[in-house]
Amino acid sequence: MSDEPPAPRVTSVSGTGVPIRGNDIDTDQILPARFMKVVTFEGLGQYAFYDQRVESEEPHPLEDDRFREGSIMAVNANFGSGSSREHAPQALMRWGVEGLIGESFAEIFRGNCLSLGLPTVTADSETVTEIQDWIEANPDGDIEIDVAEATVTYGGKEIDVEIDDAQKRALTEGTWDTTAVMKANFEQVRERAAALPYIEDEEIPEAR
Amino acid sequence: MSEGTLYDHVWNEHLVETLPTGQDQLFVGLHLIHEVTSPQAFGMLRERDLDVAFPERTHATVDHVIPTKDRSRPLEDEAAEEMLSALETNTSEAGITYSGPETGDQGIAHVVGPEQGLTQPGMTIVCGDSHTATHGAFGALAFGIGTSQIRDVLATGSVAAEKHDVRRIEITGELSEAATVKDLVLGLIRELGTDGGVGYVYEYGGPVVEAMSMEERMTLANMSIEGGATAGYINPDETTYEYLQGRDAVPEGEAFEERKAYWESIRSNPDAIYDDVVEFDASQIEPSVTWGITPGQVVGVTEPIPAPADLPAGQRDAAERAYEHMDVSPGETMDGYGVDVVFLGSCTNGRLPDLRAAAEVLEGHEVDTDVEALAVPGSQRVKAAAEAEGLDSIFREAGFEWRDAGCSMCLGMNGDRLEDGQVSASSTNRNFVGRQGSKDGRTILMSPEMVAAAAIEGEVTDVRTLDQ
Repeated sequence: MSDEPPAPRVTSVSGTGVPIRGNDIDTDQILPARFMKVVTFEGLGQYAFYDQRVESEEPHPLEDDRFREGSIMAVNANFGSGSSREHAPQALMRWGVEGLIGESFAEIFRGNCLSLGLPTVTADSETVTEIQDWIEANPDGDIEIDVAEATVTYGGKEIDVEIDDAQKRALTEGTWDTTAVMKANFEQVRERAAALPYIEDEEIPEAR
Repeated sequence: MSEGTLYDHVWNEHLVETLPTGQDQLFVGLHLIHEVTSPQAFGMLRERDLDVAFPERTHATVDHVIPTKDRSRPLEDEAAEEMLSALETNTSEAGITYSGPETGDQGIAHVVGPEQGLTQPGMTIVCGDSHTATHGAFGALAFGIGTSQIRDVLATGSVAAEKHDVRRIEITGELSEAATVKDLVLGLIRELGTDGGVGYVYEYGGPVVEAMSMEERMTLANMSIEGGATAGYINPDETTYEYLQGRDAVPEGEAFEERKAYWESIRSNPDAIYDDVVEFDASQIEPSVTWGITPGQVVGVTEPIPAPADLPAGQRDAAERAYEHMDVSPGETMDGYGVDVVFLGSCTNGRLPDLRAAAEVLEGHEVDTDVEALAVPGSQRVKAAAEAEGLDSIFREAGFEWRDAGCSMCLGMNGDRLEDGQVSASSTNRNFVGRQGSKDGRTILMSPEMVAAAAIEGEVTDVRTLDQ
């Protein structure tokens, strides 16, 4: 086997920020269901936060010229709750988001972000609010999420953040695209299946 | 970490390997797929020149975009037709069984799996849909996954997962006659929070759960995800085995007894160790509704809507957004809140007993003239069973439209959707802004009985006060 990992290593991401305030921002807000009537993820970026961004009179940060190019999204608690739709993080990624800092993330959403190589790091409410305030005051300022070090740097300040251990390793070692990694264990998959009382022998595929 | 729970047992039985990241690779016993989240995964397989590893452990149905009225092909909605066609092509090429509309077996994945006996205790079950949690009612470890994970499962028969803590939720007391499991689960989410389950799998138990029917258990497990837990389960028991006996995919005779021995073996040990234990008293529950925009913003139907000061600090901002979106004020009750649409259906409450319960309330009444009322069975089999006992006539005579099976107005992808600021009384699971297809639409979650009451009165109504 070559030393090349199955996916690119994501050790750090950086760019200007975009603050999305509010707890419980669910996946129906991030990507409304009607835009899921597609058989590929291409072009989903234009529908990120569509109802709040395009269909609403209230200004939305993603429609704000200061944050439109922002690639580091700062969010509050329970971000991405609700549906399992990968369409939601796909839309954010295709809009240009490369990493998220939040108080907490819904689990399937966080897992989906990992499948796309998007880091999701967490910090307490006060810290996240400070970052959001700082982004608003410094829309051109760079924020960096260092995945390996579990830090966020902005405005000459470095703070510690939380990052789940498996996520950190998957991103920094380039193993977040799990298909190849798991396929290498196919013989063990067959063995495991054969040991389960509800699996018939004929359901188990040939070794490959 | 937990020890000796069903979760630990099933995890260990399915553990293939610990991956370099520290995640575990788990064998997947049943993979349910549908038209919305799978076509991209099949596309990824083609790009990588990979086959479906375990076609016989995979089962497909069409639920989210399928119309509930006119199903003639090609479907009128071109995008829906494209998704349906892609599913047909993908399943036929891979040799995956597909419960399509022409089979009489089509329906919502989480209704189809149990009713065909595909869902069994001690399995790992995944699907590209967060309400996969439903199958935990059988003592399966069942959770929703994203499309990249669907690709993984298709290609390898396994999924990468991180082990969670287990919280035992012991439900004690007794549900009052007017209160349903839907009211109970809404009360539970109100108590523990919409993110209370993050990092946990929920084990539901205690006398109230043991007394529940399988359909009630499915309603309870279904909404685990609304409480932030991706999975929730109930230990299998005689109720489970009775439900399973005689279903298509369940073995018979001696083979059934052998299978049952496995089911028994995966139950939580009497001395199992939990990471957290919560006790919840069911006797305090009354018919309930949501007043806001998350499934945790819940009140008893005659109980005042809380003020921000009554809520934990973290919930106040969502409460402010909720007052505005729903146009309600603290101190008011939801009783009497006008509704335009009522929707009976979904993977939460679209099963035969749900239709029966609503029909019982409806019988002898008529739907308010200003209300559009939809009854959408969870599957074609549920529909046929309901018709066999005459429920469709009760719905039709009362003024409901009796539709074909699917997710329908739960999320509004099939053409059934709210318009503008319409208010919907709904037996579904989510009241998020925009959930039912209109960003100004308003959704009020409740039990099937309460949906029927709202249909009759044209407003949110305490089902206990309806004239019988």
